[in-house]
Amino acid sequence: MLSPYRVLDLTDERGLLCGKILADLGADVLQVEPPTGNSARRIAPFYRDQPHADHGLFWWAYAANKRGITLDAARADGKALLERLIASAHFLIESGRPGEMAAMGLGYERLAEINPALIVVSITPFGQTGPYASYLASDLVGMGFGGFMYVTGDPDRAPLRVGFPHFYLHGAAAAASGAMIAHTQRVATGLGQHVDVSCQEAVARSLANSLAGYAIEGSVIVRQGAYRQMGGGAYMRITWPCRDGFVNFQFSGGASSGQSVNNFVRWMADEGMADEYLQSLDFKALGYGTVTKEMMDRIVPPVSRFLGERTKQQLFEAAIERRILLFPVATLGDILHDPQLEARGFFHQAPWPELDANPTLMGAFARMSATPLKAGGKPPRLGQHNIDVYVKELGLARADLCRLASAGVL
Amino acid sequence: MNAAATMQPFENLKILDFCWVAAGPMTTGYFAEYGATVVRVESRLRPDVLRSSPPFGGSGKGLNRSGYYANYNANKYALGLNLGTPKAIEIIKRMVAWADLVTENFTPGTMERLGLGYDELCKVKPDIILFSTSMLGRGGPNSKLPGFGAVLSSLSGLTAITGWPDRSPTNPYGAYTDFITPRFAVPTILAALDYRRRTGIGQHIDMSQLEVSLHFVAPLLLDRANNAREGARTGNRHDAAAPHGAFPCRGDDRWITITCMTDAHWAALRAVLGDPQWMRAERFATLLGRKREEDELEALLADSTRAWEAQALMRALQAADVPAGLVHSNKGVIEDPQLEQRGHFVYYDKPEIGRHPVQRSEFRLSRAPAARNWPTPFIGEHTREVCRDMLGMSEAEIEPLIAAGVLEVPDAAAASS
Repeated sequence: MLSPYRVLDLTDERGLLCGKILADLGADVLQVEPPTGNSARRIAPFYRDQPHADHGLFWWAYAANKRGITLDAARADGKALLERLIASAHFLIESGRPGEMAAMGLGYERLAEINPALIVVSITPFGQTGPYASYLASDLVGMGFGGFMYVTGDPDRAPLRVGFPHFYLHGAAAAASGAMIAHTQRVATGLGQHVDVSCQEAVARSLANSLAGYAIEGSVIVRQGAYRQMGGGAYMRITWPCRDGFVNFQFSGGASSGQSVNNFVRWMADEGMADEYLQSLDFKALGYGTVTKEMMDRIVPPVSRFLGERTKQQLFEAAIERRILLFPVATLGDILHDPQLEARGFFHQAPWPELDANPTLMGAFARMSATPLKAGGKPPRLGQHNIDVYVKELGLARADLCRLASAGVL
Repeated sequence: MNAAATMQPFENLKILDFCWVAAGPMTTGYFAEYGATVVRVESRLRPDVLRSSPPFGGSGKGLNRSGYYANYNANKYALGLNLGTPKAIEIIKRMVAWADLVTENFTPGTMERLGLGYDELCKVKPDIILFSTSMLGRGGPNSKLPGFGAVLSSLSGLTAITGWPDRSPTNPYGAYTDFITPRFAVPTILAALDYRRRTGIGQHIDMSQLEVSLHFVAPLLLDRANNAREGARTGNRHDAAAPHGAFPCRGDDRWITITCMTDAHWAALRAVLGDPQWMRAERFATLLGRKREEDELEALLADSTRAWEAQALMRALQAADVPAGLVHSNKGVIEDPQLEQRGHFVYYDKPEIGRHPVQRSEFRLSRAPAARNWPTPFIGEHTREVCRDMLGMSEAEIEPLIAAGVLEVPDAAAASS
């Protein structure tokens, strides 16, 4: 869909996903790497545990479908080549610290001078301006500042992040939205602009109702482990152990959850395991966010006994039949064999001559009826497209290409 | 700057929006924020469940008081319409002819049952773009499974990998995946619109929120698939850095994140903490040493940080170039000076709900200030306006439909307050 557009992707692991989304949507994304390679190539895990610049699975995941060139923008020749690419590009994405591009003589004003239609996307922890703009943020630091950690985890332990680094992924994915919004405006005006992305804001937008909870009710939401605090004094339980793992079963009142819980209690009663108290409650009538901690204390023991005797699969199958909103807590292995994903052909196996294998790769994030997305794409090898871009496209003499490679510019 | 340079990106874009709950309305919220005309279809007979989700502003009962709902629906028009009536479907088809884009996140099959499947929409407008997002996507054995975001955290593996190694997994807070999907949905929709502009070809977008969410755990899935390694819960630790965690500070439930990604960070942390005896130990001098004895390292570091006030330690560490930060509660986020400076929260005052915040998108566009601003509408607030201005219906047409319950307008209490 985006095949007429060229994206220069200068990001490292903090911003790769933005260009990857645009690449999947069909844009020609050139990952511009330093001659020593993008730092994201060094992130574990590695294919077959071989630490190699082309074997990083983080790199596979977030550089797929891009083309790759090398260039040292700190060198005059490298910068000159980059400026030539900028002149005809449609997007430039970068994830340097605020001021880093300007220090290289490539601040937004300079970029707009070279190409007034260029959309420049800057992905930083806190945005280009403000009191934290210059703060250093690892992924964990960002998740804390975004408000995610405080509400996640067990009440008797430290606040907790989600189990895979998401701070920059949230920002980088949002950056793709910002880039395309700016593009839509450019179609009408012919003008580019600067898209200033804050990963902190992206995480803060991922907190469901908790922020409104403080702003409106003054309630500070605390982490509750398997439970969730629904405002002041209301709780629901979400995760439960079962015989061979865990299940997700939102135990709360309300129109849909309440009906599901009523159906579950009926199942327990059919098996002779629902006590009088459980059977006395009508969760649908109780309403969402109305079950108190005291009620949960009476509910949990019999429900835990019931779940503990059954496997994820047994519970899930019965849940579908009895219209109960109960789902397995899937392991990664479960996901690889998920019948729904299998039916939709999500995972891909692609021949990869350099590896002499058919590794499993990720599927597309959307199904388009007219323009199917590229799924299961591969990431570029270091400098894989230098000749295509520098020699064939920009007309650099082959001898000069070798000269610049030798000088450490490419 | 001339007018063209500051026009809204979506000034001429018209969206008929059936989305509800969080992922869908947040998606169309980006469009509303940047100037699209978004008409949200809703009925009092089957209101968005977020309308009855806490927190609630004001007092008493009512569907117009949820702060959760209000966060995603500002700048939209509210069309009250009972889709159970044939006349309503007729009105919807006129709206389809008006729209550039139709959005929905019902369980797959619902639009078809309403007579509003993609093929039907194409009969009205051959180049229409229909955006459909559902938990598990269209087709496949579990396509129609009901559920919501907290469930998808579990199905996507995010719950299994979140938590402490010695404890049960923990659900990431909230309907977490609902907030991942919009960031993929917006560029996908805009790419489809751009493609149609160039080629005249519309299409149906089918977005599985499970498949989108898997891209947020992709390297671990590739590891499982290609290296047969199952993901493990590691708390806040990092495989190639130590210390890397949240440590207690002075006060009640106060914490600081400290992450030493390099030897330089470790050296600077030592200096800021006054280089106590324990930090000078040989076993902590290397990354491998610190990883080997990480339990003890963390316990000792926690003893040191406990004496500090979190803000002071964070400032000292940032001044020494150590990535460290506050662990904000929801209160901390609302009061955060950085977010304040960015104008992240826009506060509105509206009858029934009262004063409440709406979050802006996570980017600032240098040429597109969000110009149009009104708070989330009451159910049916713009019914008359939409029918009159967008469909050209006369009052004589509109009022009987209101009386018949096909069109819905706010009840008298809301309208008069």
